[in-house]
Amino acid sequence: MDQQAHPTRTTLPGIGTRYDLTTEGGKHVSVVVHTDGRRFLGFHDPEDDDNCRDSVPLHPGEAAALSQLLLPSPTDALPTAIEIDLVTEQIQITARSPYAGRTLGDTQARSRTGASIVAVLRRTGATPSPTPDFRFATGDTLVVVGTREGVDAVSNLITAG
Amino acid sequence: MHETTSLLIELGAVLLALGILGRIAGRVGFSPIPLYLLAGLAFGHGGLLPLDASEEFVATGAEIGVILLLLLLGLEYTAADLVGTLKTQYLSGIVDFLLNALPGAAIALLLGMGPVAAVALAGVTWISSSGVIAKVVGDLGRLGNRETPVVLGILVLEDLSMAVYLPILTALLAGVGFAGGSITLLISLGTVSIVLFVALRYGRLISRAVSSDNPEMLLLVVLGLTLLVAGIAARLQVSAAVGAFLVGIALSGEVAKGARNLLSPLRDLFAAVFFVFFGLSTDPADIPPVLGIALALAVFTALTKIATGWYAARKAGVKPAGRWRAGGTLVARGEFSIVIAGLAVGVEPRLGPLATAYVLILVILGPITARYTEPAVRKLKSLRTPPADPPAAERLESPASTTT
Repeated sequence: MDQQAHPTRTTLPGIGTRYDLTTEGGKHVSVVVHTDGRRFLGFHDPEDDDNCRDSVPLHPGEAAALSQLLLPSPTDALPTAIEIDLVTEQIQITARSPYAGRTLGDTQARSRTGASIVAVLRRTGATPSPTPDFRFATGDTLVVVGTREGVDAVSNLITAG
Repeated sequence: MHETTSLLIELGAVLLALGILGRIAGRVGFSPIPLYLLAGLAFGHGGLLPLDASEEFVATGAEIGVILLLLLLGLEYTAADLVGTLKTQYLSGIVDFLLNALPGAAIALLLGMGPVAAVALAGVTWISSSGVIAKVVGDLGRLGNRETPVVLGILVLEDLSMAVYLPILTALLAGVGFAGGSITLLISLGTVSIVLFVALRYGRLISRAVSSDNPEMLLLVVLGLTLLVAGIAARLQVSAAVGAFLVGIALSGEVAKGARNLLSPLRDLFAAVFFVFFGLSTDPADIPPVLGIALALAVFTALTKIATGWYAARKAGVKPAGRWRAGGTLVARGEFSIVIAGLAVGVEPRLGPLATAYVLILVILGPITARYTEPAVRKLKSLRTPPADPPAAERLESPASTTT
């Protein structure tokens, strides 16, 4: 039950990529990732499995919202006795951010807000667990984990100093 | 000065008319291509409103339209897509060529148009419309279907074939003999292979060199590079369109995405100008004499496309219903048939009207066959005892063609 299923992947030249998943219950769903950023959720016809009975086009925002609903949150596994509300957010370093070009240590984010910067995403790749001497560049996306208040505080810190 | 003002007025009127027509087409859910063609017919020689001041500008715009059409097509595909499809589906590609190009050539020879026009008409009937079909597949909610990769694969192979076919056609039109044509064939095959190889190996480097975070610079660099390469390709007797297509293939990743977003509106504008130009250069009075031939050719090559899709889908292990869907989807012809006819119109005057009528019929029929071929076949099968073997394509004649 707990292990992740592996959807099969098909390239659709000129359109994008299709991922197919057959559930334990024998239902077949597919997701088409269009190159223009849209997603299409397809529900297959049990009578004719090659055919989509219904397909739902999703804009990137809708797809993101839906994926959050579908994503089993890692906090669910924690015992509920400990009241912990962790959130994860991605914060972009814009050209206006005072920390563009400065290091992670300069922000003192953890001591000031209690939230942690756990990874930095760049176009060239991701840096997991960046060290305090890691230097931010404009366009970096920070992955921040913490309480709701902590993460919001980091967001304010990064965007406005 | 007077020249410029009448150009502005004519061009403005044409574009405005196109915009209004396009909106009507959008409301009905149709591809605007037939409407653009009809608009061109209405304005041009022997039409309601002859345009003269803007003729030269429209002709240049049409050139650019073809180049942008092919560039954007190249941007859609990555070199890996092309090579992968080539490996898995080359047999279907060959069947596609045999079933759909040969009828066109045969008709041209029967009408006594000569061998060069036969090569051109073969192209007109061979190449399905990627633009129309990609849109129809999305609209019908079939992106998740098992036959869709097969359909797209056929389109990819056809578009790749264009990169070899167009230079040959250009060479033949320029009047080189058969030997010259063979040399051109080798050169163009070589060029395509080299570009694919370079794009696979060094695509990231090329894209990085062109890449820019500033949209304005990206637009200028990509457009400039494309027009330059297209111009040089035309100078070397390889067609300009192919040069643009290869530039599109060589660019990948972020650059391709950015360039696609930036250039799509430009492509739409100039492609519309191109279709109008093609209509302009065709006299509406020439169409009725070739209408019967165009209709027969359209029905016949609709059936051969259905057979092509059926075969390709069967090869990919798709069940019967999906095979018919794949066939029906492939029927639409469009922009490329017009591009090819536009190149060859100088050799054989009847080619223009014939191609216009042919494309008008199939661009309208295509979405209909895409939608109804499979249900029609299902109905037929329930009427008779299901045959053990695949029925011949002729069985489809009644449902598919009565809808016109």
